[in-house]
Amino acid sequence: MHLLTLEPSFAAWHRVARRALQAEWAWDTVLWEDASDSQPALGLLDETPARVAQAAVSAPTYNVPKAFMEMARTVACHHSAHRWSLLYRVLWRITHGEHHLLKVRVDPDVHELYTMEKSVQRDVHKMRAFVRFREVVHEGQVLYVAWFEPQHHILELNAPFFIDRFAGMQWSILTPERCLHWDGVKATYTPGVSRHEAPTGDAMESLWLQYYAHIFNPARVKTHAMLAEMPMKYWRNLPEAAIIPTLLQQASPRVETMMARSHALQSRLQQAHPADVPDTDDLEVLRDAAATCKACPLYRNATQTVFGEGSVSAEIVFIGEQPGDQEDLAGRPFVGPAGKLLDKALAEAGIDRKSCYVTNAVKHFKWKRQGKRRLHQTPVQAEIHACKPWWKAELVIIKPRILVCLGATAAKTVLEHPVKIGDIRGEFMETTWCAKTLVTVHPSSLLRQPDPETREREMARFVADLAQVAKALL
Amino acid sequence: MTSIEGGQVRPAPFPLNRKISRPANHHQMDIAQKLSILADAAKYDASCASSGTSKRNSREGGLGSTTGAGICHSYTPDGRCVSLLKILLTNYCIYDCQYCINRVSSDVRRARFTAEEVVKLTMDFYRRNYIEGLFLSSGIIRNADYTMEQVVRVARMLREEQGFKGYLHLKTIPEASPELIAQAGRWADRISINVELPTPADLERLAPEKNLGRIRGAMTTIQRRIDQAKAEVKETTKAPPFAPAGQSTQMIIGATAAQDREILDQSSSLYRHHKLRRVYYSAFSPIPDASQRLPLMAPPLVREHRLYQADWLMRFYGFQAQELTTPEAPQLSLEMDPKMAWAMRHPQSFPVDVNTASREMLWRIPGLGVRNVDRILQIRRWHRVTLADLQRLRVSLKKVLPFVQTADHHPREIGSAQWQQTLKPAQQLELFAPAIGVVTGEL
Repeated sequence: MHLLTLEPSFAAWHRVARRALQAEWAWDTVLWEDASDSQPALGLLDETPARVAQAAVSAPTYNVPKAFMEMARTVACHHSAHRWSLLYRVLWRITHGEHHLLKVRVDPDVHELYTMEKSVQRDVHKMRAFVRFREVVHEGQVLYVAWFEPQHHILELNAPFFIDRFAGMQWSILTPERCLHWDGVKATYTPGVSRHEAPTGDAMESLWLQYYAHIFNPARVKTHAMLAEMPMKYWRNLPEAAIIPTLLQQASPRVETMMARSHALQSRLQQAHPADVPDTDDLEVLRDAAATCKACPLYRNATQTVFGEGSVSAEIVFIGEQPGDQEDLAGRPFVGPAGKLLDKALAEAGIDRKSCYVTNAVKHFKWKRQGKRRLHQTPVQAEIHACKPWWKAELVIIKPRILVCLGATAAKTVLEHPVKIGDIRGEFMETTWCAKTLVTVHPSSLLRQPDPETREREMARFVADLAQVAKALL
Repeated sequence: MTSIEGGQVRPAPFPLNRKISRPANHHQMDIAQKLSILADAAKYDASCASSGTSKRNSREGGLGSTTGAGICHSYTPDGRCVSLLKILLTNYCIYDCQYCINRVSSDVRRARFTAEEVVKLTMDFYRRNYIEGLFLSSGIIRNADYTMEQVVRVARMLREEQGFKGYLHLKTIPEASPELIAQAGRWADRISINVELPTPADLERLAPEKNLGRIRGAMTTIQRRIDQAKAEVKETTKAPPFAPAGQSTQMIIGATAAQDREILDQSSSLYRHHKLRRVYYSAFSPIPDASQRLPLMAPPLVREHRLYQADWLMRFYGFQAQELTTPEAPQLSLEMDPKMAWAMRHPQSFPVDVNTASREMLWRIPGLGVRNVDRILQIRRWHRVTLADLQRLRVSLKKVLPFVQTADHHPREIGSAQWQQTLKPAQQLELFAPAIGVVTGEL
């Protein structure tokens, strides 16, 4: 029997194992032992280097697969005292007739080796994940200090990772076994310390907890999945773990709120079906069909459907947002204050209203009661979308030379993307619906101008836009 | 900051309960309030991946590193990993996508970060090892280009001014100009554009401002850039990178009537035409229906999980999209995983002899993952594989036994009633623990 005592490091094992192998000491004739902390780094104790070296003089050399050496480097960090003998046994078998041994993963020795390797790798990975630096100021210097409790002897193995990542910072990672310090240039190691020597807080942690709490989705509680990857043994060094119980406690009330919101959303989605439009080239058939449209809920509060109006051979189609209070009662588009303003502007621009067809993107009046008045409300996307087939059908039948969108709602639905009127007004564009499409403001926006001066200026701009249309008709 | 000596500072009691009155404008909101609103708004994006990018470190300056493998720095009680600081620059949005919490017509609270705030937050979190990097997305403000400029500005500040070497994922807007998307790719590790919904008709109905043709067009442009950058790197290592971790996308499922068969076809086409790294699926309504038998595993979540499994089968197990469902049953089974479902539909293909079958056929055995298939292929060169071997590989015998033949096992008659019976318990277990596969991807 040979008793081999060594400093617990891969390099030491590598050195000793090579010599033992050269001395042809079979795995079952060798006992391996970690040098205790009081007898550090002596290499061979029982077998003096001289004796082993002597035995190795005429020894054969072995070709060991690179994969094994890499694996050994990792397994050497495992906390089990048994690792040295296992490594040597596998090394012996590899060099004595079983060169392919590592490929037989189900061999009990190899299986154990892989299990140990995996355990160390997981520890390495978890350390990279769960180290939490805390900022401290020490003698005017900003330092980052972390406390971590690894399962295996991995501090040195993991040092290059942390140096690569935080090379520009000054930091220390404290562990019970050893401490690693980086001063921005080189790494040094000192003996281990106890947990209460590490800093206990950092101002940034409350923001981190805020983030953690809000990125959590309470509707998907799956604690076992969390625990599989973040076992409770790590919790005491993770600041965010402190709020996990609170988050779980509050999950179901939060879900109820989400549920209410989701029901509202779902019922809106169900309402967003586009209208069913008859296949016809007769505007009157279309108008009759639209009178009973229930594609969106707006029909419930409106007096009637307000369909487009004008000649089927019109050269210009104006499309507005939706009927207003007066239009709703009259059943005709653009007859209220905004309509009057449109008439005035058309006249100023020299356009005959008779050559126009006027309609709206949404054909029911959407309103909210305020005192005695019915206050206009902007239609939402679902309603605009539900109504789209109607104006599409109108355009297909009329085939205007020019299409004018009045206001953002009409422009958005015709151009199929949100627009800023100011960016594109008064310019002809080609769209799916008309080779000459122009966007301008809705006449009701002129009514909302606070003072007569701006109203006049805006009116002039509106007329100027319409003048473009008149010019294009010539 | 605290000092080592007096280090008594504990994080303030957590203010989850505190009702914060709505401030007059977002500039008066403090960072913590903005962070809560804009992290809340960002959690509907499923991706948190930080893997597969080029290797970098900060030994020559700057801060951060990437190793190619992602790191999950924490896990929330929903079982999801926290790898990146995932936030919106703002949740103001001019779009009105019906499924989205941030749509213009929603009454959700709004906030907006300045670029400087995002940069500082990212750097502060990164220095403390909370995160691998930043996943920045944004609601559309003013217009697509303006928004994209803001997002790109954050990325540029991080890379150029701070020398940030960590991971950057930028959500891009298909309507933004190609020059801006090009700039995004220059700074980002990963770029994503969400297809949002599985079919063009769905998009037309629920997200009228979006357009599948435009989205796919932008993906093609990005892919061309990525390929070009890769080719250039081969010629000269000095060539500027372009989104080295590729592009990904997300689609919302359950908001429309689109069936799994259509969804998988769409994914398969996305993988094929745009070489996407990942397609993420996000169940639209995570809210369990009161009548459901399994309260926390309501159909949308199980369905989402089944889609991920099917997606995995397409990418790593040699399955075609069309094989995973049938025209008669276009939905994936909720009761069993899609590989098991395929096996049940094809009893004639089993048992598979693990000692002789091809890799492709081994992949089709329910309960056998890609890595274990590799191991079996190695082992069987040296000895005949037995049940004990499978056990040592931690294969679930219960699951594989009805389908495999080993040196010491031959299953009872495939397809018989008795055989069907043996499958029952395995299936039910699967229903209770569907979260595992998403993490490991092993089926």
